[in-house]
Amino acid sequence: MPREGHFFLIKAQVLDEAALERALTRIAHEIVEKSGGTEGLAFVGLHTRGVTLARRLAQRIAGIDGVTVPVGTLDITLYRDDLGLKADQPVVRSTDIPFAVKGTTIVLVDDVLFTGRTIRAALDALMDHGRPRMIQLAVLIDRGHRELPIRPDYVGKNLPTSRRERVAVLLREHDGEDRVVIEQPEEVSAP
Amino acid sequence: MTWKRKDLLAIQPLEAAEITHVIDTAGSMREIGARDIKKVPTLRGKTVVNLFYEPSTRTRTSFEIAGKWLSADVINFTASSSSVGKGESMLDTARNIEAMRPDVVVVRHQSSGAADLLARTLRCGIVNAGDGAHEHPTQALQDLLTIREKKGHLEGLHVAIVGDIAHSRVARSNIHGMRKLGMTVTVAGPPTLIPHGVQELGVKVSHRLDDAIRDVDVIMMLRLQQERMTAQLIPSLREYSRYWGLTLDRLASGARPDVLIMHPGPVNRGVELSPEVADGPYSVILDQVQNGVAVRMAVLFLLAGSKAAQGAAAA
Repeated sequence: MPREGHFFLIKAQVLDEAALERALTRIAHEIVEKSGGTEGLAFVGLHTRGVTLARRLAQRIAGIDGVTVPVGTLDITLYRDDLGLKADQPVVRSTDIPFAVKGTTIVLVDDVLFTGRTIRAALDALMDHGRPRMIQLAVLIDRGHRELPIRPDYVGKNLPTSRRERVAVLLREHDGEDRVVIEQPEEVSAP
Repeated sequence: MTWKRKDLLAIQPLEAAEITHVIDTAGSMREIGARDIKKVPTLRGKTVVNLFYEPSTRTRTSFEIAGKWLSADVINFTASSSSVGKGESMLDTARNIEAMRPDVVVVRHQSSGAADLLARTLRCGIVNAGDGAHEHPTQALQDLLTIREKKGHLEGLHVAIVGDIAHSRVARSNIHGMRKLGMTVTVAGPPTLIPHGVQELGVKVSHRLDDAIRDVDVIMMLRLQQERMTAQLIPSLREYSRYWGLTLDRLASGARPDVLIMHPGPVNRGVELSPEVADGPYSVILDQVQNGVAVRMAVLFLLAGSKAAQGAAAA
């Protein structure tokens, strides 16, 4: 996702395919352990890569427990606090929660946790669908720089970053490969 | 794709990608209408004014619900119950409304070009909810969304638009939209109700209902707009109904079994549509209304949430 005026160059690779697999497997086990099973459990993935990660976690839990945990998708565009502030208006994508939210333990899944504003919006969006028993948060990467009092329950990797950098989670369903890299803006010299 | 326009005045100037963007956004809005609590906070603190110089049930209600589901404040101005009745001009009324700092003004007017005039005068976003016989863009967008939902795609489909083409802004908006999205359009009606030179819009013309509806994917029946008919354009309602009314017999003899029947409403039952067809299995008239709310949510979101509109409201 290129931003206007900047090119981003890969600075370092943080997770390779095998490490990403291991992180997801560990998170899947932690979720089952902490929840004491899969009864009343559901995933909600945030567009776009959170949805893919949520589906992968559900597959892994099916492998561990033989139970199919339902997966919903959530688009938080309509709940953002920065509408009209950005030059590019975000695209509204589909929200589909195919299970009753009331009384369910929901694990929100996203790829990168940064300021926490997306998760704030996701919590509001989810609450509008009903009253869950509990909401937990699973992220593949926690890169710090929180602007709201939000913390993850399950983390694939803690990754100290500078604000200028970007964390790109590449998944084979979208990008053809599985890996996580840190990118930094290219220093553009004046023409 | 991002929306860059301050206003939505017509389908004609839009690019195919812009039309698709609105329809896609509307598709995502539909889910909100299926919730127990039909409200999202997106347009909190934004004001939408409905400025209606012509009677309307569907369109005005639909914009009002759309604004409210997005948490905007919606105010209705109808010509019959406002200072318009005291002789105030449209621009004066609009300037007064603008002084109350709305973010979007939705306007319906009996004169073609009214929305365009407002857009050039006011800094807030303008949505054309029908201007004379010119355009009714949100109606065409909801029709396109409905067709795409039922058929799965738009490109390559063949649509027959039947009836009073001359007075129909719905027909004009739909023709522009459908042509841009790669659909084939046949317009059909008595010669007095087909505008001269309509072929230049890239449509075929037919003067026989049975020919027009044969093998098409969608039949869009238009309302016979008796209030706009100043001259004797048809001999009688009965004759019109006999030659141009869509009945089950007509459908059975020539139409495809999976044809969609659409109508922008309000239906003159027994004139252009027999009740059995209007309420029958091919009819998607109520889907059109449902999608109308989603399309108007998308349009209000795109106009009020865009940076262009924000700058305008703050100026």
